[in-house]
Amino acid sequence: MNILVAVSRVPDTTTKILVGSDGKFIDTNNVKFILNPYDEYALEEAIRLKEKNGGKVIAITVGPATAQDILRNALAVGADEAVHIKSEQNFDSFFVASQIAEYASKMKPDIIFMGKQSIDFDSLQVPSILSDILDLPLATIVTKLNYEGNMVKAEREIEGGKEVLSLQMPCIISAQKGLNEPRYPKLPDIMKAKKKPIEEIDAPNYENNIEIIGMELPSRSRLNKIVGDTDEDIKEIVRMLHEDAKIF
Amino acid sequence: MSFQMPDYYNIQDLMSDEEKMIQNSVRSFVEEEVLPIIEKHYEGGTFPFDLIKKMADLGLFGVTIPQKYGGAEASHTIYGLAMQELERGDSGIRSFASVQNSLVMFPIYEYGSEKLKQKWLPKLATGDAIGCFGLTEPDFGSNPSGMVTHAKKIEGGYLLNGAKMWITNGTIADIAVVWAKLDGVVNGFIVEKDMKGFTAPEMKHKHSLRASITSELIFQDVEIPEENKLNIKGLKGPLSCLTKARYGIAWGAIGAASAVYDSALNYAKSRIQFAKPIASFQLIQEKLVWMLNEITKGQLINYHLGRLMDNGKARPQQVSLAKRNNVEIALQSAKLAREIHGANGIINEYNVMRHLANLESVITYEGTHIIHTLILGEDITGISAFM
Ligand SMILES: Cc1cc2nc3c(=O)[nH]c(=O)nc-3n(C[C@H](O)[C@H](O)[C@H](O)COP(=O)(O)OP(=O)(O)OC[C@H]3O[C@@H](n4cnc5c(N)ncnc54)[C@H](O)[C@@H]3O)c2cc1C
Repeated sequence: MNILVAVSRVPDTTTKILVGSDGKFIDTNNVKFILNPYDEYALEEAIRLKEKNGGKVIAITVGPATAQDILRNALAVGADEAVHIKSEQNFDSFFVASQIAEYASKMKPDIIFMGKQSIDFDSLQVPSILSDILDLPLATIVTKLNYEGNMVKAEREIEGGKEVLSLQMPCIISAQKGLNEPRYPKLPDIMKAKKKPIEEIDAPNYENNIEIIGMELPSRSRLNKIVGDTDEDIKEIVRMLHEDAKIF
Repeated sequence: MSFQMPDYYNIQDLMSDEEKMIQNSVRSFVEEEVLPIIEKHYEGGTFPFDLIKKMADLGLFGVTIPQKYGGAEASHTIYGLAMQELERGDSGIRSFASVQNSLVMFPIYEYGSEKLKQKWLPKLATGDAIGCFGLTEPDFGSNPSGMVTHAKKIEGGYLLNGAKMWITNGTIADIAVVWAKLDGVVNGFIVEKDMKGFTAPEMKHKHSLRASITSELIFQDVEIPEENKLNIKGLKGPLSCLTKARYGIAWGAIGAASAVYDSALNYAKSRIQFAKPIASFQLIQEKLVWMLNEITKGQLINYHLGRLMDNGKARPQQVSLAKRNNVEIALQSAKLAREIHGANGIINEYNVMRHLANLESVITYEGTHIIHTLILGEDITGISAFM
């Protein structure tokens, strides 16, 4: 079975984000980057599938030269090969999806895994655009998978419930937290990953469909809301912390 | 608040991708597997046995040993980073890994016959065998050359008699690397758990390193086959092992110091007294700055010492300086962090008292602080002040 996993490199969630001097992108100095957390579930699923059925896992990323470290990470947890589509420009979701699609149309994977979103821009667009370009069935925000022959049963989160889809391979799956428990890369595997191949492809020049006009940090002004102490008020506070402030 | 390793001088940027990955991997392991259970074991005075397989699985045993013997074949810098992350969890867990790596696998790899290596190294790497290192005796700690444990040549092997004390992992070990005198010269022997005349009772009631097992080793006419003798003579045998372990401890200490610093910083920012966070008081800031300052120096020492070790250029005295400095500042940091936590500093909801108590062992074993001072004093003056 040929498996493609698309991974992206994102700022660590604990990193303090500052806007760069051009006012259009983040200042990447002193930012610690990590493998996108949702991609860890995608990668884990791909490796488990390979361990069960044999085959090959190829990890792919679109990004600058510095993004190689996440490919090494993917190789260390069990990907067999990696592909680096190199681009130093800032790019949009359409560009990323087109580059992955181009590689996938040559590789012809049986299944493509990716995280449900990258936690940098949170656009949630790449899986859908990729599905459109490749004309392949897609299940997004997947929390559970079952494989039977060339059919994939995918359980996905929907507002207030679950939906179960049946897809025919080749297909695309975007992973949600809970799909599995990603493994840590092991020391000997990290050392061996150094010897696994990374294919480098220069991305073509292009124009983005989306132009970033400006970027600002959220204002730090306080809400200054005072609520009472009834059970209803407490529920409201929990709701505000969860939905408005997004603290948990 | 999730843990943030202080990195005031961006030392991260000097690390290779592999080094960063391994650090992240061990950090996640500590967060998910060690921190949730450590207080319970510390309080109960038990070692978390479940962690042995998990640590082995992660590749934490035999970090620098070749892959053909089951090791990870990684650098000393990587070994150091792993020890740092483990001790961020608990000094007892790091002690387990130090013993297995530097005090057991290293001497077998370096001084053991091919047969001995093949017999033990793969099992030690997978955690199917546990090792311990017996140098200290009831009457000979800082002065191991005075040891009374001795071996006598008999047909086909040796007869071992004597006792060791304060031995990490002794009771649970499958093999002990034991240092004993043969014709007045220190030699190393592999003593196996089931050998007749060998017992290893646990030493209980410690107030420090409670999540680590410490034991006595007692040898009464234990017959050791010839093939279990290591191929090294004199104190340089055990001392070469200690150099490796002390190097790892220098990194580990910075892990413990980072843990208490991070806790103290968060606590100081959130604890309100006199209508302000206590972090706004100068005397608190001074403590935090002292810790960050010393941790940063310790990190730079470790980073550079790691590169020296990797190039085969580190001298044992340079390792002494790192162990001496880093453990001392970790202990002082734990003391300051505990003060900053006020009464909360003595309960197990916070890590500071546990680290503080642990570090009292760490500053004692593998050469006390004073002994490292004397090693360095002798190195720079040419005059030994031990006696
Ligand atoms: C938890 C724990 C685990 C341990 N694990 C192991 C292990 O796995 N294997 C092992 O072999 N050992 C182990 N040890 C033993 C440890 O290495 C010794 O405790 C240490 O070497 C000090 O020896 P001592 O306790 O006999 O102290 P002593 O040597 O009696 O020293 C007592 C005090 O005198 C000072 N002193 C000694 N000589 C001088 C001098 N010349 N000048 C000035 N001051 C001096 C010392 O610095 C110290 O402050 C462990 C110890 C502990 C606490």
